[in-house]
Amino acid sequence: MRYIPTTEQDRKDMLKSIGLQSMEGLFDDVPDRVRLQGELNLPSAQTEYELFKSLKSLAEKNNNLEQYPSFLGAGAYGHLIPSAVQHILSRSEFYTAYTPYQPEISQGVLQAIYEYQSLICSLTGMDVANASLYDGATALAEAAVLAGEATKRKKIFLPMTIHPEYRMVTQLYLENRGMEVIQIPHDKGQTDLNYLKDNINEEIAGVLIQQPNFFGILEEVKEVASLTQKFGALLVVSVNPISLGILEAPGHYGADIAVGEGQGLGNPVAFGGPFLGFFATRDRFIRQIPGRIVGATKDIEGKRGFVLTLQTREQHIRRQRASSNICSNQALNALAATVFLCLVGKKGLQEVANLCLQKAHYAYRKITSIKGYSPLFTQPFFHEFPIQTPDSPEVINKVLLEKGIIGGLDLKRHYPELGPSMLLCVTEARTKKEIDTLVQALENYHE
Amino acid sequence: MNNVNEVPLIFEMTSPGRRAYEYPQNDVPLEKINDLIPDRFLRKKPADLPELSENEVIRHFTQLSRLNYGVDVGFYPLGSCTMKYNPKINEDVAKFSGFTSIHPYQTEETIQGALQLMHELEKYLCEIAGLHRATLQPAAGAHGEFTGMLIMKGFHADRGENQVRREIIIPDSAHGTNPASVSMCGYQVVEIKSNSRGMVDLESLKKIAGSQTAGLMLTNPNTLGLFEEDILKIAEIVHNVGGLLYYDGANMNANLGITRPGDMGFDIVHFNLHKTFSTPHGGGGPGSGPIAVTKELADFLPIPLVDVKNNNYYFNYNYPKSIGKVKSFYGNFLVLVKAYTYIRSLGARGLREVSETAVLNANYLMRLLEKNYHLPFNQACKHEFVLSGKRQKSHGVRALDIAKRLLDYGYHPPTIYFPLIVEEAMMIEPTETENKETLDKFAHMMNEIAREAVENPDKLKNAPFNTPIRRLDEARAVKELDVNWYNKMK
Repeated sequence: MRYIPTTEQDRKDMLKSIGLQSMEGLFDDVPDRVRLQGELNLPSAQTEYELFKSLKSLAEKNNNLEQYPSFLGAGAYGHLIPSAVQHILSRSEFYTAYTPYQPEISQGVLQAIYEYQSLICSLTGMDVANASLYDGATALAEAAVLAGEATKRKKIFLPMTIHPEYRMVTQLYLENRGMEVIQIPHDKGQTDLNYLKDNINEEIAGVLIQQPNFFGILEEVKEVASLTQKFGALLVVSVNPISLGILEAPGHYGADIAVGEGQGLGNPVAFGGPFLGFFATRDRFIRQIPGRIVGATKDIEGKRGFVLTLQTREQHIRRQRASSNICSNQALNALAATVFLCLVGKKGLQEVANLCLQKAHYAYRKITSIKGYSPLFTQPFFHEFPIQTPDSPEVINKVLLEKGIIGGLDLKRHYPELGPSMLLCVTEARTKKEIDTLVQALENYHE
Repeated sequence: MNNVNEVPLIFEMTSPGRRAYEYPQNDVPLEKINDLIPDRFLRKKPADLPELSENEVIRHFTQLSRLNYGVDVGFYPLGSCTMKYNPKINEDVAKFSGFTSIHPYQTEETIQGALQLMHELEKYLCEIAGLHRATLQPAAGAHGEFTGMLIMKGFHADRGENQVRREIIIPDSAHGTNPASVSMCGYQVVEIKSNSRGMVDLESLKKIAGSQTAGLMLTNPNTLGLFEEDILKIAEIVHNVGGLLYYDGANMNANLGITRPGDMGFDIVHFNLHKTFSTPHGGGGPGSGPIAVTKELADFLPIPLVDVKNNNYYFNYNYPKSIGKVKSFYGNFLVLVKAYTYIRSLGARGLREVSETAVLNANYLMRLLEKNYHLPFNQACKHEFVLSGKRQKSHGVRALDIAKRLLDYGYHPPTIYFPLIVEEAMMIEPTETENKETLDKFAHMMNEIAREAVENPDKLKNAPFNTPIRRLDEARAVKELDVNWYNKMK
């Protein structure tokens, strides 16, 4: 077996040295009744080359986005990834390390996390960030939990304009902790502010909002913030980090916690994972933050160094009273985000956000001018928009696929009340030609 | 490693106007931003990101990588973490564009390869666990525990017993994530003491278990590296009062092809794919924590499951009793690809050889160390064992000091101060991918350190000396909190 160096001779010598006759003797303590009789029923072992070939053919059964221009978004975004990102992630000093428990030999990952935390703070306008959570959905859920703990209140407002999967996850996290979720309806694709005004009170722990929301539409976050503050609730904003190249940072309009899906920062869509949830908040909540935090300090010779800090919040010390059970997070994905942000830099982030904005609006203008396709909502949006379709999106997407295009998300499963409609996303990765091909295909379909 | 200078922070290297990446030119008619988005939504001051060239960014992170220790650098016997070698083919395969460049919301006809992989991986994991169905959704071991506890809750709720069954029994030797996961689900933790042999005490268990018990969480072998020989009796006691058994899969590397949690009586099992199945740990993730369950619990698994009909794989959301979703989309897919590749590269016999060799290596190393270190449970161990540094403590040397001295000799130290029930604990897990010479050399250094502890304890208390940085002031990190460079610059 190529990953096990132990030879037959080694085995004999080692058994002899521990006073055993055979390998069986190592398992004397496993009762017969729980011993597996025979072998596991698994496919037989393959050589490296066989594996490469069989996995390649499995991968090729998928239509991948390098061959098929896609207009899918909805929480997983196909952005350009600079080559340098993958090269850094491939450094095995990073990817074959464990969580940095021994700081003296883990300064690489610790400093990178410190830089990540700082970059996330700069992006979101917050004071402190953790080392990452599993994804955007669990980050939102953990933020809602913190809102409950910090305010000692039990009710959370959860707008229907938040990503449906994020809502499911948040609901699961909250209700099992004895918290109550109150859904806020939407009004033309935006959180219904009148509902919020009429129902918010001093029992509400937090208001969650997604900016831009699931439909790509911008929420009136400043109004939401002032309403939330008035009643002493916390405002949790889930943001798209790429949009922060042009959209206001949550820290600048009164958010108490800013979270979001960090995938767009240098991580591929990868069938939905691994991604990373970023989590940033105000100084005053630092001791309630879930997960790892890295802090700068000095060694005994006065040299700057980095350590995991404020660990008394965490499960390995506080056990059942920990702020979260999270242990492994998404360190390598956070490293990708760090390298990505350093590569694109201050200008690049503004450029990519503007490219998304321009291209999405170009596509929107073109598509909504086709007979049979009309905007579902008309509020300002970033790089995603829902359109009403003349036929079921399922049928339309089939036709698009024949033309080599992956169309938008059918909204039927999560918003059946909206009628036949499709959520389209356009990033900087799409060319004008690809958008025009999509438009042409939609036009022809209607004819 | 010792001559590396302090690496500047990326923020200290920035120079306005430098660029490392260029985006394509805009090719659509350009509109003014505030014609598209009202001013009130727009950012007034751009995020102050660093400005550097590609070379500078690459050198910075390459230098940082050189300050880091991974399995590819050397021996990493970190107990409970299964830091085995990570085969390179796994990494290559996970980079195929047919895996990295597929969107989670593509229609099923366009993702048959991905669905097939998930379906088959689920089957393999069920076979290895001896259970019926599995979800691949949880992102890490602790996330799997959380999911498993919710499945337990869903099951009891379905039988109308959720109000009375509020307690989860956990041994005092358990991983910290166990009690934390339990309380995240709104359950109460009831701790059970280990007996003098380091095992669950059956008499205490009988007293604690009752109609209020939702279940028991256990790892087997336990965190002392010992096989719970009474596992069938434990299962019987818990099942007889109507509770369920949850298996913490952190120690699965001892069991592959030898014994299966399902056959031991466990109802719910989580795997740590980043441990047992060698998808690397990434310096703190991404991991993956699939959950396998018995037939009667399958309906409670998170949605969707991958099912097959007429040779077509599809996402099945039609599980009305499902607990819902614990994460967006379907799990850490690329990690699943690596675990799948690993299982296919070994097959049944290879997996069994993994566990046999892991157990052999642990026992061999344990016997090389028992002369100089106290071995609190002197019996054959499984894939790991726990030493106590209490003999060295009498010379004023702590487990921490031993760990730090190991850094000087080029090793990653064992897990220290865990499990909590062993004084000055050092938990050592060599894994199957280390050769005999490495084990011999490590034992030699450990024994050398034991000698130093007697002859020159100060040497240990001041270690390490050869690392890029010496011992760090953790108290200062808390007192003078500095977790965000920009805040400091304000």
